[in-house]
Parts: sequence; C-alpha cells; structure tokens
Amino acid sequence: MSRSITAFGSALVSRSNPRALMTTPVVMLALATLASCGNGSSSSAEREVVTVFAAASLGDAFTAMEEAIEAANPAIDVQLSLAGSSALREQILDGAPADVFASANETVMADVVDAGAASSPQVFATNELVIAANVENDVGAVGLADFERPELFVGVCAPEVPCGSAAVEVFASAGVTPQLDTEEPDVRRLLAKIIDGELDVGLVYATDVIAADGAVAAFELPVAVSSTNRYSVAALESAEDPDAAALVVGFITSSEGRAVLETFGFGS
Amino acid sequence: MTRPVPTRVPPALAVFGGIGALVFVIPLVGLAWRTPWSRLGELIGSDVVTDALRLSLLTSVVSALLSLAFGVPLAWLLARVDFPGRRLLRAIVTLPMVLPPVVGGAALLFAFGRRGLVGEPLESVTGLLLPFSTWGVIVANTFVAMPFLVITVEGALRNLDPRYEAAAASLGASPFTVFRRVTLPMIGPSLGAGLVLAWARALGEFGATITFAGNLQGRTQTLPIAVFVALESDRDVAVAISLILVVISVIVLVALRDRWWRSS
Repeated sequence: MSRSITAFGSALVSRSNPRALMTTPVVMLALATLASCGNGSSSSAEREVVTVFAAASLGDAFTAMEEAIEAANPAIDVQLSLAGSSALREQILDGAPADVFASANETVMADVVDAGAASSPQVFATNELVIAANVENDVGAVGLADFERPELFVGVCAPEVPCGSAAVEVFASAGVTPQLDTEEPDVRRLLAKIIDGELDVGLVYATDVIAADGAVAAFELPVAVSSTNRYSVAALESAEDPDAAALVVGFITSSEGRAVLETFGFGS
Repeated sequence: MTRPVPTRVPPALAVFGGIGALVFVIPLVGLAWRTPWSRLGELIGSDVVTDALRLSLLTSVVSALLSLAFGVPLAWLLARVDFPGRRLLRAIVTLPMVLPPVVGGAALLFAFGRRGLVGEPLESVTGLLLPFSTWGVIVANTFVAMPFLVITVEGALRNLDPRYEAAAASLGASPFTVFRRVTLPMIGPSLGAGLVLAWARALGEFGATITFAGNLQGRTQTLPIAVFVALESDRDVAVAISLILVVISVIVLVALRDRWWRSS
C-alpha cells in the first residue's frame, strides 16, 4: 500500500528532479504569503465592520439592504453571513463573532434571547408559505391535496428550519399527509430543485417565488391553513461596537429598510 | 517480516510529528468531551439514528462493492493498456478526490437528474430515477469513493514484477487467467486497502449525496446528513451520531488497515 501511494505521488511530482521535493514547499509558502498580503491591503481599515447573521430567505433583500445601509452610513461596512436561521442560532450560541441577528421566525430569535445573547428583538417583516410548482413539469398541481400524490416529486424544508416547521404545521392543520421525496436543509436549496425540475412541487416562501423570476408558479394556501412567519432582528450582546449594531438594526426597522424589503415581496 | 531497528528520535521530528498527531487527536477529544454519555443509549436508539445507521451501512457497502467491480478493471486498463488519452482519463478518475463533493453532486444532477443528459432518456426507457432514491445515494457514494480504490490498485499493478505474469502467459495461461490467478492474488493487500479506503470514504460522504439524492429519513438520510440536520436542532443527537461514525470507522480502519499496511 505505501509503495502504491508513492507510485501515485511520483506520477504527480517529477521523478527526474529530486530537488523538486525541497522547492515545492517553498513555492507553496511563497504563494500563501502573497495571498495573505493581498487580503490585508484590500480590507477596509477605517470603516466599522458590522457582521449581520441573516436567514437564508433574506438573502436577496439583505444584499440590497447592505448597499442601502452603507450608502446612508459611509463609516459602516456591513458583512452578511447567510444561512438557515437555526444554523445561525447555533453559531451565535457557540460564540460566533456576530453583531446583528435577523431570524426568519420569532421562535428561533426567542432561543437566542433566552440564552442572554440578545435583547428586545423587533419584528421587521413578514412572509408566507406558498405552493411552488415547476412550470415545465406540467403537473397540474395547485392544491395541498396534490402533495399526497405519490407520482409527484414533492419537497419541503427540513423540520429543523423555520420554513420546514411551518410546513409541518400547514400539513397538520390541512389534514394532509404529504408523500415527501426530500426535506432540504434550507429554503433556497429546495427552491433550486423546483426550478431545475428535479422536484415538481414544494412549500417555499412567497418571496422565493418572486426571486425565481417566472421559473416556478405559485399558488396561495387556503386562508384557514396559511402560515405567516414574522422576521425579527436584534443587536447581539456580543456586538463589538453596540452603537454601530444598533444603527444597523435601526435602519432595517426604519421606513427606508421597509421599502427595501417590500421591493423583494416581504410584508410588513 | 523484519523487525524495525530501534532508532534514536531526532527532537525536531518528535516535536513536529507530535503537533501533527495532535491535529487529529484534539478534535476527537473535543467530541468525546461534548458527548452526553448518560443519554447516549437513548439517543442512539431513536429511530432517526437507527434508520440513518442502517442506510449508511447498506449504501457504503454496496458502493464499495460497485467500486470493486468496476474500479479494478479500470485500474488494470490505466496501468497496463497504453491507449490515447490515458493520462487525461487518469486525471478525470481522480478528480472526485479533490473536487468539492457538492460540485460532484451538482454534476451528477446535471447528468442523471430527471432533466439530466442521461437521466431523462433513462427514465423514459426504464422508468428508473436516481435523484431522491437510495440508488441515488449509492451512485453519489460510488462517485466519490471509487477513485481511492482505483489509485491504490493501479499503483500496486505498476509496481508488480512483470516476470510472474510473463511466466504464467508463457506456460499457456490466457490473459484473463493470468489476471485472475496471478495478478489479483499478488495485489491482494493493496486491493484490500483500496476497498477499505473506498468504503470509509463512502461512509463519510455528505456533499454529493445531499445535493444529488436529497434528505429523507429511511430513504436518503445517511449518518452524515443526519448529523448535519441535527446540528441545527439537537446538538446531543448530532454528537451521538458523530460518535457512531467515529467508532465504526476506527474499528474498521484499525482492524483491517493495519493488517494490510503491514503485509505490504
């Protein structure tokens, strides 16, 4: 075995030149040094960095929000970290260096508040689950009952993330037992598989359908079982500069922030 | 078997080698430290964990066997036949070892998905669909695991003394008989090591699987995917599953690898 690995290695590194054995690490070190220099000079030394942990479903809206905040406050450099809300909660509770947390529902935010990592969260937007169907797959699926059809490829978010726990509630109150094919770890992954036509139908946020730009058709849920989730934001206790963090939260909850969110389809 | 001559350890090697070892040992200690030992039995007994364990064992073993069935002939072709494009093919075969598995999963989806290059005609002819199925997990596992077997076996074939095969052929054995009766037994240890490496890689596979096959308990949710999902909701479950993965892997690697490594 060890000989076979050696044979593989010698196929990669020139066999004829033993000096290559010594020069390769030196070249690698030089590359690493160069790369780190480049990084150092490009980072903004003067602007105050505010790290915002935001739910995956806020991705497009908060990318625009970042630009709006930085345009209004040139001294602030917003850095976004996007993931499922519950993944972000775990990172925050493990001491990740974040300044602001924007969660896709109030339950996840409550966990962070209960742990003493944040206080006085504010609801700043709402969103709703809708049925998304791939337009080319021609499934004719328009209602929740179609989620029981075994021949359809059906996906939801994993119950561990907000869009998945909301989906569980929707199915329960509608008395529907979905024939699931996958539980995706975040809503954007689910949406991508519906857009690609790998899945026929799924439950995603209304804003995701807008982001899909015509690739999926949306059908609203019946009012009786509809699920509205309320996004909430808070500055974190661990914020390096509490004033800057409060300023970012203030912008997100202001009328300017709301205007940005509305262009991406979020309710208020 | 020769006993190694006892040597005086140069301090520099001891220090750097020791730090190198700590890189692997410390995370394991961290995992053990975070393990909820008193609840471990209850956590491991939950149906999410047992489903994932069963599925992981099934898919990783089938993937290792598929790697064996197709990987050994492929390694032989790469080692023995001088066909045009051999170097390129060798690079392509080893690509999954360096490619981010998520990229591999996306490529599999473009090829074998419902709308994929091969997947769409395959479905219309046979009705077989790989995404979101256990077979999808097996294909993703095989894609990332087979290179380990191919590389190991090809290396062994190249280092083989060709005189044994030549002697067998001169005594009238057909090329396939030579391969089966002379070549295979001589590369036995490397074959075993490659098989174990491929199996271990399949057991730990995550990125290609979740991208290509999705995540559904009992059908496509393997142990690594169960860990990933549980990390967001129940840390204790995640730690318990991780511990299962570590224990299985260590047992197999120590029991099998050690034997094959020594004998080669």
